Amino acid sequence: MEREPGPEGARRALGRWLEAVLASRGQANAVFDILAVLQSEDQEEVREAVRTCSRLFGALLERGELFVGQLPSEETVMAGSRGAMRKYQVWMRHRYHSCCNRLGELLAHSSFQVKELALSTLMKFVQLEGTHPLEKPKWEGNYLFPRKLFKVVLGGLLSPEEDHSLLLSQFREHLEYDDIRYHTMQAAADALARVADRDPEVSLTFWNNAFTLLSAVSLPRQGRNLSNFYVPRSGPSDKWKVAHLREHRKAFQAMWLSFLKHKLPLSLYKKVLVITHDAILPHMAQPTLLIDFLSSAYDLGGAVSLLALNGLFVLMHKHNLEYPDFYRKLYGLLDPSIFHVKYRARFFHLADLFLSSSHLPAYLVAAFAKRLARLALTAPPEALLMVLPFICNLLRRHPACRVLVHRPQGPELDADPYDPAEEDPAKSRALESCLWELQALQRHYHPEVSKAASVINQVLSVPEVSIAPLLELTAYELFEQDLNKGPRPVPLEFVPAQGLLGRQDDLCTQHFTLS
Amino acid sequence: MGKAKAAGARRKASGAPSGARRGPAKACPNPFEVKVNRQKFQILGRKTRHDVGLPGVSRARAIRKRTQTLLKEYKERDKSNVFRDKRFGEYNSNISAEEKMMKRFALEQQRHHEKKSIYNLNEDEELTHYGQSLADIEKHNDIVDSDSDVEERGTLSAELTASHFGGGSRLLHPKTFQQEGEEGEQPKSRKELIEELIAKSKQEKRERQAQREDALELTEKLDQDWKEIQTLLSHKTPKSENRDKKEKPKPDAYDMMVRELGFEMKAQPSNRMKTEEELAHEEQERLRKLEAERLRRMLGKDEDENFKKPKHMSADDLNDGFVLDKDDRRLLSYKDGKMNVEEDVQEEQRQEASGDKSEEDESEGSSGEDPEESDGPESHSDLASDVESEEENEKPEKEHQSPGKASITRGQKARNAASTELPYTFAAPESYEELRSLLSGRSMEEQLLVVERIQKCNHPSLAVGNKAKLEKLFGFLLEYVGDLATDDPPDLRVIDKLVVQLYSLCQMFPESASDSVKFVLRDAMHEMEEMIENKGRAALPGLDVLIYLKIVGLLFPTSDFWHPVVTPALVCMSQLLTKCPVLSLQDVVKGLFVCCLFLEYVSLSQRFIPELVNYILGILYMATPNKQSQGYALVHPFRARGKNSELLLVSDREDVATWQRSSLSLRWASGLRTQTATEANHIRLSCVAVGLSLLKHCVLMYSTLPSFHAITTPLRALLTEHLVDCSHPRELQELSQSILTEMENQKQLHRPLTCEKSKPVPLKLFTPRLVKVLEFGKKQGSSKEEQERKKLIHKHKREFKGAVREIRKDNQFLARMQLSEIMERDAERKRKVRQLFNSLATQEGEWKALKRKKFKK
Repeated sequence: MEREPGPEGARRALGRWLEAVLASRGQANAVFDILAVLQSEDQEEVREAVRTCSRLFGALLERGELFVGQLPSEETVMAGSRGAMRKYQVWMRHRYHSCCNRLGELLAHSSFQVKELALSTLMKFVQLEGTHPLEKPKWEGNYLFPRKLFKVVLGGLLSPEEDHSLLLSQFREHLEYDDIRYHTMQAAADALARVADRDPEVSLTFWNNAFTLLSAVSLPRQGRNLSNFYVPRSGPSDKWKVAHLREHRKAFQAMWLSFLKHKLPLSLYKKVLVITHDAILPHMAQPTLLIDFLSSAYDLGGAVSLLALNGLFVLMHKHNLEYPDFYRKLYGLLDPSIFHVKYRARFFHLADLFLSSSHLPAYLVAAFAKRLARLALTAPPEALLMVLPFICNLLRRHPACRVLVHRPQGPELDADPYDPAEEDPAKSRALESCLWELQALQRHYHPEVSKAASVINQVLSVPEVSIAPLLELTAYELFEQDLNKGPRPVPLEFVPAQGLLGRQDDLCTQHFTLS
Repeated sequence: MGKAKAAGARRKASGAPSGARRGPAKACPNPFEVKVNRQKFQILGRKTRHDVGLPGVSRARAIRKRTQTLLKEYKERDKSNVFRDKRFGEYNSNISAEEKMMKRFALEQQRHHEKKSIYNLNEDEELTHYGQSLADIEKHNDIVDSDSDVEERGTLSAELTASHFGGGSRLLHPKTFQQEGEEGEQPKSRKELIEELIAKSKQEKRERQAQREDALELTEKLDQDWKEIQTLLSHKTPKSENRDKKEKPKPDAYDMMVRELGFEMKAQPSNRMKTEEELAHEEQERLRKLEAERLRRMLGKDEDENFKKPKHMSADDLNDGFVLDKDDRRLLSYKDGKMNVEEDVQEEQRQEASGDKSEEDESEGSSGEDPEESDGPESHSDLASDVESEEENEKPEKEHQSPGKASITRGQKARNAASTELPYTFAAPESYEELRSLLSGRSMEEQLLVVERIQKCNHPSLAVGNKAKLEKLFGFLLEYVGDLATDDPPDLRVIDKLVVQLYSLCQMFPESASDSVKFVLRDAMHEMEEMIENKGRAALPGLDVLIYLKIVGLLFPTSDFWHPVVTPALVCMSQLLTKCPVLSLQDVVKGLFVCCLFLEYVSLSQRFIPELVNYILGILYMATPNKQSQGYALVHPFRARGKNSELLLVSDREDVATWQRSSLSLRWASGLRTQTATEANHIRLSCVAVGLSLLKHCVLMYSTLPSFHAITTPLRALLTEHLVDCSHPRELQELSQSILTEMENQKQLHRPLTCEKSKPVPLKLFTPRLVKVLEFGKKQGSSKEEQERKKLIHKHKREFKGAVREIRKDNQFLARMQLSEIMERDAERKRKVRQLFNSLATQEGEWKALKRKKFKK
């Protein structure tokens, strides 16, 4: 059959072919024409072809004109002397198969519209194939799901070449269905295992795609019966694995473990750690399996340790994890960069939790307070506003540590007895020292900081100051606060200005010139 | 006893009516008229208003009132004519008696005037005195008349008064008798009499008038005759007349002088001119006071109380923000033989800053402006159209000019220069574009002059809107400064001079100036914050932000504990030092400038800046080769290793040898031109030198801080590394050596901290809690408005009832009156009927008697 060039012509031709194929089996060879358009370069034509395929095979699946059961190879059937009907069905099933493969390839197409269309078509096929299974059920009520087809979909999504975050966000809608989620988890675990086996050097894109997909999976919290299926089922049975949250959890765990098994890039590592405590750990069947992962991350040092802290805390708090030298490591995490990292608020929130116990030894708390005070000497004002109340809270919680700010009959010392280089808080001699740093910070240029540091001049008040609102304080907020303090009188400089750089003895004039 | 009581009671009763007649005599009410409403229960706090009353008295009063008003009205109900008092303002108590008379007189005059013919145009109003025309009096000819009049009038008036004011019935009677005798027996009615009188008086008046006219005519004729004769008599008389006429308009010069002197303002006593020492002393005193205030703010002690204190406001304050803190009037004073026109220090400085050139310009301007001298419009190129307003605007300019300074030759020169000269007045720009168009393309001096002139022409004391205009000008100038700084290459010299203008504007309007500076800072911070949110770090902003920060430091006191502008600026600088990574040599220059600014901000208050120490550490680290750092840790934005971690390292020995220490140029901050490697290396070394000297400054400043050693430990480690490295020029090595020794010399004792002893907490005192007790009878449990509303409703109800009661009583009174009227009428009729019956009976009786008599006969 002939067709005019251009997408318009293609559409008309495709419509004709579709009608022909659906009308009589004699015209079945038009399928080849349709599939040929699927290979076209023009995205407009490809989209038309995909739509036509969707209609064609959708109709065929509903009519049951595709071969059901183990598919024999095409040649054997054609050569064989079976009935024409069976030949036709097998032949059509092969066409269907090649169409699905092509659609899977189209998931990597350059145009997003084509990708989206291919994905939705494939998902439609998944649904139809689920209701009209192409396998023979082995027994009554056997749960059948087009796993092969679904694997094709996931394989397309987890491409190692292209970033599919947009497509994945489309796919996310389907993840609300329980069966899709379950099979996604299974298929993803398979795919991850396969990729790692095949090739030790996996591209960053693949990992990013995988992470986007994995983090999109979220399980329901409570264990009600899962019956929200994408593939409509007549009577959901309790015997099916899909219907149990426990099975889902297992699949979830398998998926994440297969993901975390690999050596991940650092940025992804951080991303995983950020969501560990609240998206991964609660849904695991056996959260303790993550201990190794988290403790190795905690040992890594730097920002990764800070992030691992959160997961570890959940494990220690809820799953009885015993972590040797935890506080020593926490102490080790305190270095000057702590006030400048992105996860400052999270870290201090956790540190506050860890140090909230009143059963901690005084030397430990004193070491923490002293260390934080030392670090405060390099901190920006917004961090100081948070850490100064933090230190004061420590002193309030542990009255034994109050000697740090109040030592009435202490001897005068030549040097600070505190040893900042010592890694063991027990040996840092913090209890013998005093918080002179806070005294220095009373001369800080920012009035709020100066006020916060001056708290130690008086006896500390009993109630603790909540640092929660101060955790997320940024310099910009501080700036806005100062700007919006309402109308106040504006004092003026009384030394008249002489020029941009000021007077002769000013610093700027000494070091800078205008020319 | 009973008798005595009765007697007393009687006495009182007899006294009562007199009391009642006297009206509401509250002093001693008749006890028999007093009605006491006995209360069954005493209720605390209730006000009783009606416990004692005088029903009889009040009833009598009500009746009296009704008879006076209602009854009167009732009786006059069918009468339509009314008596109206048309005297002007008779019942108006607001007008005083004199005023009333004046007004009445005016009205009378008006009426008098109106009556005259409207077609008679040149009839002037006649001035009168005691009802006589002044013109007539002047002629002195009616004295005789008046005399004669007086006689006649006297007699007539006697008659008249007698007839008018009936008192003379005796007088009238003889006359009527006379008239009877003259005219006949019929007695004339009063009306006729009066008409006659009027006719008579009119006739007399006419006669008198005719007589007067005759006399006038005669005198005029006589005058004319005399004049004719006079001309014959002598020639001189007309001349003398002329001279008299002339003399009048031209008064004596001497008299004029005397009068002028009398009215001239007396010289006001002024303050003695101050000597040099006194002026200096005063200045010193002022500075000392300001410094003390600054110190107080720096410590931030009485921040709040200072804030709470309300500003004194005069009752006459228009609330327009105008403050007469600096007296605008100037005392005339001389200095070195020249008039000292500038009093304010800043004014003087401005004068100095703008230099001799501007002074010259101004003096030239004066000659150009002089209305006598300026012969062409060239000096007022674009403003020639409204010279008047211009001159008004130029007043302040003229103040500053010493008169008579411009010689003729200079004036000539000036006129030539004037064609290329700037206009002398500028309208204040309404938008930034306007200002920019005014300033762009001019030389630095001209720009300054333009700004200065705008400022002078729109001084707030000149017009109402000028304050707002100048406030805007500050914002525009600030924007302009920013633009100049972002230009390539930046025009720093102009900024340098404009700062002075900004300072003076800021001194005039601190509030609005601080607002515009805040706006600029907020802009810069906002930009940075957006970048940080998007990328996690921000690039160091352009030179304009740095310049703004510097200007903040110049305009506002940086040592305050809290300052509405300076504190945000400090936070902004802290952001610059902590969030902006150093990526190029240009960034290093900018960063060092910010450090320098930061240190300058705290130079007086000696406050501690953690970021700054970090930053200098990072900068100095860049000057060392990367290796495993010992004893110090770099924090954000610096990295121990990476692309820019050796930015300031100079490896070329030759460049190190040829380097000479010099200041950094701010121009480098906006963009480094293509340089040779040597130049770049020299800049690097200069940066290191600046870093080191800033560090030294810090070390000296913070040496008193309690944890000085903890702060400087990393620096010390780094400096020793520097020294070990030995790749730096001698000068720098010496500098670092001196810093190190400075650090080590600083031995300090660590005194253990102690808290201040707090006062013992006093026992809790249970002061009674005062609750408002709601009074009985008040409507309770509702909001104030609701209560108010209820009160109003209640009042309305009571008033309504009262009104109804009054109306009812009125009706009763009226009905009573009508009844009594009817009764009276009936009684009258009965009486008349009876009378008639009586007379008829007597008639009948008489008639019957007559009849009987007849029959008898």
